[in-house]
Amino acid sequence: MTDAAAIAFQSVTVIYDGAAKPAVDNVSLRIAKGEFVALVGTSGSGKTSLLKTINRLHDPAAGAVQIDGGDIATVDAVQLRRRIGYVFQGIGLFPHLSVAENIAITPKLLGWSRQQQSGRVRELLDLVELPQEFSDRFPAQLSGGQQQRIGIARALAARPDILLMDEPFGALDPVTRDNLGSACRQIHERLGLTTIIVTHDMQEAMLLADRIIVMRDGLVAADGPPADLMSKPGDDDVAALFDVPRRQAEKLSALAARARGAGPHA
Amino acid sequence: MNERLAQALGNLPDYLGQHVLLSAAALALALAIALPLVVASSRRPALRTPIVAFASLVQTIPGLALMALFYPLLLALAALLSPLNIRIPALGFLPALLALTLYALLPILRNAIAGIEGIDPAVKQAALAVGMTSRQTFWQIEAPLAAPVAMAGIRTAAVWTIGAATLATPVGQTSLGNYIFTGLQTENWVYVIVGCVASAALALSVDALLGIAERGIRQRRRAPLILSVAALLIGVAVALAPLGLRGATGNTVVIGAKNFSEQFILAELMASRLENAGFRTSQRQGLGSAIAFRALANSDVDVYVDYSGTLWTNVLENSESLSRDEMNAQLARQLRERFGVTVVGGLGFENAYALAMRRERAKSLGVTDIADLAKHARNLTLGADLEFLQRPEWKSIANAYGLAFAATRSFAPTFMYRALQSGEADVISAFSSDGRIDADDLVVLRDSKGAIPAYDALVLVSPKRAADAAFLAALKPLMNSISVEAMRRANYSVDRDADKRSPREAAQTLAGEIRPPAR
Ligand SMILES: Nc1ncnc2c1ncn2[C@@H]1O[C@H](COP(=O)(O)OP(=O)(O)OP(=O)(O)O)[C@@H](O)[C@H]1O
Ligand SMILES: [Mg+2]
Repeated sequence: MTDAAAIAFQSVTVIYDGAAKPAVDNVSLRIAKGEFVALVGTSGSGKTSLLKTINRLHDPAAGAVQIDGGDIATVDAVQLRRRIGYVFQGIGLFPHLSVAENIAITPKLLGWSRQQQSGRVRELLDLVELPQEFSDRFPAQLSGGQQQRIGIARALAARPDILLMDEPFGALDPVTRDNLGSACRQIHERLGLTTIIVTHDMQEAMLLADRIIVMRDGLVAADGPPADLMSKPGDDDVAALFDVPRRQAEKLSALAARARGAGPHA
Repeated sequence: MNERLAQALGNLPDYLGQHVLLSAAALALALAIALPLVVASSRRPALRTPIVAFASLVQTIPGLALMALFYPLLLALAALLSPLNIRIPALGFLPALLALTLYALLPILRNAIAGIEGIDPAVKQAALAVGMTSRQTFWQIEAPLAAPVAMAGIRTAAVWTIGAATLATPVGQTSLGNYIFTGLQTENWVYVIVGCVASAALALSVDALLGIAERGIRQRRRAPLILSVAALLIGVAVALAPLGLRGATGNTVVIGAKNFSEQFILAELMASRLENAGFRTSQRQGLGSAIAFRALANSDVDVYVDYSGTLWTNVLENSESLSRDEMNAQLARQLRERFGVTVVGGLGFENAYALAMRRERAKSLGVTDIADLAKHARNLTLGADLEFLQRPEWKSIANAYGLAFAATRSFAPTFMYRALQSGEADVISAFSSDGRIDADDLVVLRDSKGAIPAYDALVLVSPKRAADAAFLAALKPLMNSISVEAMRRANYSVDRDADKRSPREAAQTLAGEIRPPAR
């Protein structure tokens, strides 16, 4: 038991009622404090299921999850969740609450004063680069990308040590996506978080994360720093996964070279 | 016409006030029951199906039947509780309130539960993920998100309740239905229309106000919500004010009336006498025949007029036929012993069941006696009022004469006479004091075998009033004072189409024709 692990999965298995095979199958992983981990893999491979065991949205059928060395099955789920930021795949903002009320929800549950709450809302709007005027709007009055930013701000509101993000940039255009990704990485550094992000975008995973975990059929198919996995993918499927951004990068640089070489030809 | 409208509007403060009181109380009670059920079912979704199934089942029972069903239930309960000296009224407000409450449950429950089930599961997951307890999730997320849908259900319930409250009249609760039931009975269409318009206007205004509240909730704006709730409360207060002004109803005499003109007229007649003697009165009109007597026995009604034959066969369930004097003596004794009911005396006329035909039809068939009728019955249609075919008297007539008609049809009394005129019925179960017998030139068939008992109109008094000397003294002068001719004229003045009188006017005329106490 080295104490460096912020999150440790010990033979975690998740089986949904009536499912033939487990969504997460006997997974053991250690995630160090301060790590930025990308969780990738095909649809249905068990990424969300694994993530939900960390804040007890779903308890594993077997195995245990530890945070800072303590088994989370023994702590109160409600208190645990208030210490962990979680950004949903489907955003999940509360439609009847204003932006400010959405962001301040966990601080409010924790009993922060009104002033502390509104101060925190201002900080977080700045952090996710949204204007302060948005405070009084309702989620339906925001674009999809703006809603996702609010989702991230809400997850960070109570100053968690752990940030879990499930495909947080799904609804964004490439430019915003890139900006917000970098912003997340900066926030991660600045606040000293332990972050797990689920993404389908391999390029994003490779550029943002310190470490990539590839899941397949509930199992960990590969695990390591991006550069290592690119050079030693382990098996063909993982290799194919890492091949995508590589081939894209090659094509793009060729295209860029041609564009430069051709010059203004009109 | 204008006069009748004025008279109808004169009753409006009372009828409307009672109607509003009943509907508002039923709605409030339904909310008080439904909302905790909704809260419970939000924690345990398994409860939802049985809750909604129960409410739906209640909804399938016709409103009028539901009200009527509460009557025997409450009577049984009253009997259970009477040793404890707890008196619950089985008639009037309570059964109407309970039935309407049950009725209002379904839309409230169904919408509130649908509202909760309709919440995006992602939002509920998010509530968990931000660290809400299940109680916090309900109050901070589920309740506000389901509120607009739940409010729509409350709106529906309010409109239903206001509409169905008109059905409270037959169980003895005054409502806007009094206009409709009395109006239908006496063919006073002004009354019917006033009743329908008033209840529709009430329902529409409440719906509009709740609509504003619903929009307020939907758009998360306080002002419309507060405004509409305030307007509703003020409206209820204004509607109830006339009831409050009338003061305590503790010593009010309740006069019962079954559902036909003669009963309305006699109730008015007794009311005016009692009021002259200093009593405050209220009326329960349009009671079913069996309900009226039970209400009296339970002291929910203090006085009403019933008929000896009806009491003898239906209430006391006797089948032997006795002479008139013997039956009346037996009746007085048995009613007092078994029910504590006092027979003050007879009004002096009889309203017997009688089989009647159009004169020329009877002549062409050569029918003067029920015995003659039996020979032709196979080709004839009997038109009866709504009760007659279920009554023992009918069985006794049918048995005595071997009557078997080609068809039998039931009508409200007014329409029964119409059916005879139009030929839809060949013979009807008329009433001997009915003014339409003379007016329509009908013949009453002789009962040569004496199968139809006597039907003397008797004034009955509840156990509670049995020893009230002033009360009895006010009624005494009416005994033996009304001739069958006077009663027929009074009935006809209410039943006829042209130059119609209201029951109250007819009662005033009748009071002027009362015979001076003979003995
Ligand atoms: N609530 C549930 N009940 C039953 N089965 C579920 C449930 N949630 C997920 N599953 C199943 O478990 C498996 C893993 O699902 P999971 O959501 O973890 O996949 P994922 O890797 O997050 O996929 P995606 O990239 O599409 O979000 C899938 O086969 C899915 O159908
Ligand atoms: Mg997923």
